[in-house]
Amino acid sequence: MSDGLSGLPLYVPPKPRSLLEPHRLLLMAVFAGIILCAILFMRWDWLPTYGPRLLYGVWQTLVMLFWTASIGFLLAVPIGLVQVTGPRPLAWLARIFCTIIRGTPLLLQLWLLYYGLGSVFAQYPELRSSFLWPTLRQAWPYGFTALMISFAAYEGEVMRGAFAGVPRGELEAARAFGMSRWTAFRRIWLPRALHRALPTLAGETVLQLKSTPLVATITVIDVYAVISKVRQDTYLTYEPLLLLALIYLCLTAVLVVVFRYLESRIPTREA
Amino acid sequence: MCGPAHLGPAVTVSMTGSAQAIDVSNLHKRFGPLEVLKGVSLSARQGDVVAIIGGSGSGKSTFLRCINMLELPSAGTVSIHGETIDMKKDRHGGLMPANRRQVQRLRSRLGMVFQTFNLWQHMTVLQNVIEVPVHVLRQPRDQAIEVAEALLRRVGLFEKRDAYPAFLSGGQQQRAAIARALAIQPLVMLFDEPTSALDPELVGEVLAVIGDLAREKRTMILVTHEMKFARDVASHVVFLHNGIIEEEGPPDAIFGAPKSERLRKFISSIH
Repeated sequence: MSDGLSGLPLYVPPKPRSLLEPHRLLLMAVFAGIILCAILFMRWDWLPTYGPRLLYGVWQTLVMLFWTASIGFLLAVPIGLVQVTGPRPLAWLARIFCTIIRGTPLLLQLWLLYYGLGSVFAQYPELRSSFLWPTLRQAWPYGFTALMISFAAYEGEVMRGAFAGVPRGELEAARAFGMSRWTAFRRIWLPRALHRALPTLAGETVLQLKSTPLVATITVIDVYAVISKVRQDTYLTYEPLLLLALIYLCLTAVLVVVFRYLESRIPTREA
Repeated sequence: MCGPAHLGPAVTVSMTGSAQAIDVSNLHKRFGPLEVLKGVSLSARQGDVVAIIGGSGSGKSTFLRCINMLELPSAGTVSIHGETIDMKKDRHGGLMPANRRQVQRLRSRLGMVFQTFNLWQHMTVLQNVIEVPVHVLRQPRDQAIEVAEALLRRVGLFEKRDAYPAFLSGGQQQRAAIARALAIQPLVMLFDEPTSALDPELVGEVLAVIGDLAREKRTMILVTHEMKFARDVASHVVFLHNGIIEEEGPPDAIFGAPKSERLRKFISSIH
């Protein structure tokens, strides 16, 4: 070779992959065959009957996910922040909260809230006659609270790491240019931490989606509860469960795309 | 040309051509048992370029950082344009600013340039430069952009205005950081070893920009290891050793005819 790098293998840029390579075509054919078999040989006649209820269930799941993740995240920001900045008593409180919630199963928390707290509430006549009772006697407030608290605890930990990971120099620059603490937090610290935490938050939100079916155990009607009903009514096992898997897969794909978009708004250079 | 008026000397000299820009008197700084500054006084008039030189551990960076209260002095006073920063005793017997607002206001008139650039990584170069004018000094956004673009053109980064800092070389980042500091129309520029973190081949481009600022009679205080540069641009050189001013004077006297033995050794060790 003419250059001085004769000892090194030449760098060959990877060929752009085509969708039409033989092994891919084969895999696609196999997959299409499986789907075709599923459609042809399995029973789907129940679908039109339960279609509207399924849509309602999907909607309930999405509403549950959106609000528990949103409010949970709003709680996670101060939970993460006080662990980095203090004051110490608050930092300890936040740490204890995160440890307890992350250290116990979500299902257990859900049942403790619903069967425990729910039945305690029921013992107070004042509460039973108050305007809150129509809400408190339903199941969803307990499911909602449990999911929200869980998300707040896990994301509190994520945000603690993200806040701590923002380079000190950038915060110092904010101070050096006369930013107040609030401005520095709003303009520099929080957006920087968010940007760092986004990939983790994406994964955690997908996990949260897959935690939502737990609320079906306390009679909240989400998409999983609808599918359970289908199984009871029709004595079918695989068809409803396969459809359920497909639904969660699609929802996950949507979440991933949304977070990818958010991440791509600020490019990061791989170090 | 757009808005050259914004690029002139930051402050019209009100009284005389030699108004006080910075006046530091008898500054002490203690880190626990270690006294880093043992009574340093320095005053600079408008248009002065003060270079602070000294070995590592001599306290020169700490001194610079005390001027805008990034480090809180243990004793002594700092005045900027005749306004003394109000200090009060803290719990541990040191000093702290009595009036946070005053410190923030004065900081927003001091253009600090850091050794490690400290650009805000989640913002483009242009967003970095307009951040403080828009969100601290409350200037209209269009005006800030106009000024910023002129400044970026001047430091040779106009084409990079929409790039994120991670995609720039060290020299480009430091020039962007200088533009960010200039954008606040600073009373005084503070340079904290602006070329120490740069690859040798990138030092020149940054020094060229700083030299340019010195020639247009901007008030600046410059902590540096670049002796030749200090000799060329400084109007006054201060040699710090072990937290006290060992020797000071015009650059020709300091570098041409050093009086103290330590300064002689220091200069010969650098060359």
